[in-house]
Amino acid sequence: MSALLEVLQLRKHFPIRGGLLNRQTATVRAVDDISFTVEAGETLGVVGESGCGKSTTARLAMHLITPDEGTIVFDGRTVGSSQMPLRDLRRQMQMVFQDSFASLNPRLTIEESIAFGPQVHGTPKAEARERARDLLAKVGLNPAQFIRRYPHELSGGQRQRVNIARALALRPRLVILDESVSALDKSVQAQVLNLLADLKEEFGLTYLFISHDLHVVQYMSDRVMVMYLGRIAEVGPVRALYENPLHPYTRGLLSAMPSLDPDKRTSAAPLIGDPPNPINPPSGCRFRTRCPHAEAVCAEKEPVLAAVGTERLAACHMVVAGSGHSKAAEVAA
Amino acid sequence: MSAIPTPLAVEAVPIAASRGYWATVFARVRRDKLTVICALILLALVILAIFAPWFSPQDPLATSMLKRLAPVGSPGNLLGTDELGRDLLSRLIWGGRLSLFIGILPVVNAFLIGTLLGVTAGFAGGKVNTAIMRTMDVFFAFPSVLLAIAISGVLGAGLFNSIVSLTIVFVPPITRVAESVTTQVRNLDYVEAARASGADALTIVRVHVLGNVLGPVFIYATSLMSVCMILASGLSFLGLGTKPPSPEWGLMLNTLRTAIYTNPLVAALPGAMIFITSICFNLMSDGLRQAMDIKQ
Amino acid sequence: MNTPIKESLVEVRDLTVRFENNDAAIHAVNGVSFSLERGEVLGILGESGSGKSVTLKTLMRLLPARKTKLGGSMRVAGQDVMAMDARALTAYRGKVVSMIFQEPMLAFDPVFTIGQQIGEAVIKHEGLSKAEARKRALQMLERVQIPSAARRLDAYPHELSGGMRQRAMIALALACKPALLLADEPTTALDATVQIQILLLLRELQKELGMAVIFVTHDVGVAVEVSDRIAVMYAGRFIETGDIGALIRNPRHPYTQGLLAANVLPGTARGGRIEAIPGSPPNLASLPPGCAFAPRCRHVQERCRVTFPVATPVGAAHTVHCILSEAGALSAAL
Repeated sequence: MSALLEVLQLRKHFPIRGGLLNRQTATVRAVDDISFTVEAGETLGVVGESGCGKSTTARLAMHLITPDEGTIVFDGRTVGSSQMPLRDLRRQMQMVFQDSFASLNPRLTIEESIAFGPQVHGTPKAEARERARDLLAKVGLNPAQFIRRYPHELSGGQRQRVNIARALALRPRLVILDESVSALDKSVQAQVLNLLADLKEEFGLTYLFISHDLHVVQYMSDRVMVMYLGRIAEVGPVRALYENPLHPYTRGLLSAMPSLDPDKRTSAAPLIGDPPNPINPPSGCRFRTRCPHAEAVCAEKEPVLAAVGTERLAACHMVVAGSGHSKAAEVAA
Repeated sequence: MSAIPTPLAVEAVPIAASRGYWATVFARVRRDKLTVICALILLALVILAIFAPWFSPQDPLATSMLKRLAPVGSPGNLLGTDELGRDLLSRLIWGGRLSLFIGILPVVNAFLIGTLLGVTAGFAGGKVNTAIMRTMDVFFAFPSVLLAIAISGVLGAGLFNSIVSLTIVFVPPITRVAESVTTQVRNLDYVEAARASGADALTIVRVHVLGNVLGPVFIYATSLMSVCMILASGLSFLGLGTKPPSPEWGLMLNTLRTAIYTNPLVAALPGAMIFITSICFNLMSDGLRQAMDIKQ
Repeated sequence: MNTPIKESLVEVRDLTVRFENNDAAIHAVNGVSFSLERGEVLGILGESGSGKSVTLKTLMRLLPARKTKLGGSMRVAGQDVMAMDARALTAYRGKVVSMIFQEPMLAFDPVFTIGQQIGEAVIKHEGLSKAEARKRALQMLERVQIPSAARRLDAYPHELSGGMRQRAMIALALACKPALLLADEPTTALDATVQIQILLLLRELQKELGMAVIFVTHDVGVAVEVSDRIAVMYAGRFIETGDIGALIRNPRHPYTQGLLAANVLPGTARGGRIEAIPGSPPNLASLPPGCAFAPRCRHVQERCRVTFPVATPVGAAHTVHCILSEAGALSAAL
């Protein structure tokens, strides 16, 4: 499998302006030097808490915001260059947002909303509408019933199906799902997840699945990437990562999931405090303020995302032999 | 479709008929009695104004020194006569033409110009936004009456000039509202989704932004109509608007000023017309705003 | 036997709540009955439109009086809540019953500091002086484990992070030591690592203060962590109630089973389909007669559409409203 999407050393800082002359007073370091790949045909799950930068990463990958540094390579072609101008990227990569209601123009009918994308790229109106009807059927909504409806007449689950249809209208190869099921009721969420799995198979899609819900990510993904405060903490195949997390943050995140067994309730919170502010992240390893294994080296040097074995990556001094951490030598390569 | 917000999220199952946004708004307005009454009154005034030659019982310009300042209810002059003996009812009906024209046209002009400027400023952001909005701020610094008088003073009196001056007065507030709404809409997910589809700025504005911005700006503009009418009347009162002997309500107020001591009712009538029209515009605009505020 | 029957802390019988407006009446709650003892935690599990939040708000009489029609009876700490007038309600809210919300900013006034707001509650209900109120506020902040509590007393709500604001809201709610705490999805908007801290905190405080708690949530895991008993709510009715262990291990109602399957995803084999409940929740303005879940149920029978099933006990502390569990129906259904 070759990499469909390659993100290299992406960085995005947002200035905070204030004061009399609107000068920059601070910076939100939303995404700091992250690199990852998405293989063709897989689902890469991205997890993290608020401030980790996963939504910013999604928008950077889609080029909805321009990165300060870094390159995005789609199917071997650098985005933004003559090999892959933005307009072409738009046809290859699409996104489904979290808020199903805010994602649809309240003044357009469902059919118009879905047909908009193809029309922008030159598809004649009749053909675009035909495609809209096909896609509605594919996402489980009866076209005859729904084409002339307005977004406010649909339920959350139905709207999200429309958003998925809209994303597929341009026949993309990669779809970014940014917390697309998070706002839905669990029973509706289950339906939409089934739908996403079906569509992936039918259209041969690749997914970048962003969520804060670890159960859902575990179910949907082949590989998982854990982000913390604008950096990648760990990447690995889903089973290995969930059964044997390497990074203490991943461990904390997994233990923080509420227990589903009344006899085995959680007795102690794995991590204390709130996720810190991306405005002034801690020096060195950003997780050290909440990490039970933090040592002096963690404050001095920022850990690099290092390979552990063939398939896993972790950014922690404990997994790199010779890093200066007391536990470093223990972890088998 | 339930129009009143409920404390919990109710899943909507689509039922047979589907109405567009404006159809829903229209249905809601129809149920609001006050708004309907105001709209009908305004409609009546407009019809009276348009068909003035047919409705007006006498020639509004015909003077008669014998019949000066006849009180309300005099035979032959239902609403009395003014200080030059002209029939007040006829002058009020004919005056409707000018007053309504001066009241509505500047707002319409300002709506078009202001929306264009505001949407451009709101959507473009950055330096374009700063340039446009700070220019508007300069105009905002002046109280509207003062600004209208100043511009009219420069341009001179007359119908056309007062329309230009009033248009200029109302462009900044409408621009400000349009810019504010556009900025809100621009940050919504569906605009981002449109950008993600690869649409260019003009298409996005045309398809996604305009439809959602025009509504709120329109409501704001209708609330300005009453202000415009009063300003226009004020300009005429000061001699900067229409010139005598044109029957224009504000002008009539001025010339009938001295008659307050002898015939107060007649003197107050033009003011009453301005008052009724302004109130109807305001209440109608309010009702529209409520009808358009559909909690989705 | 002459021993008087001790009344439960909360006694709700046949509660119905209807919202009336020009178009239609929305039947948010349709006959809910339960009782709650002191120190017990009841979890109400349901999705949007189930009526769970409305039930909570009704217990505090927080719904707009004009548009709401209440029916049935509610007694809390021996008082008839339905009959309370405005003065009685002011004394009741905050002192007997307290509530914490999903969005902490809703509970706090942005122009006053945390300390002032907690202090205000105590001054109003217990008549303490300003200095004593401030001391109590500090105590409460320390109890909810806010770091640097003394400094935070003078902080404004927007200066605190999400988790700390939620803790501050709990401090505010518990300042007057209410007998009953109502929690309306307080952890839904929080990150996972913060959520578990808040849940543990609530458990601790509940045990320490001996309060009764009614905890509303849509997340099964959260319900399991805090509740002793659970009631599953659908279309304004409790369709299954029981001891938490019994219900989780042996769900009897098809909706409960579907809900648990949708929550407990790890159990599903990767690549396998989730047993999703088809369709969407019903329109509360036009509820079908009989069991509201009938249109989505794969075991539906004719009788389901006629009358809402009565409560059938299926275990020591476990009742279900479903014909499938009624004696004699088991063989017919499956």
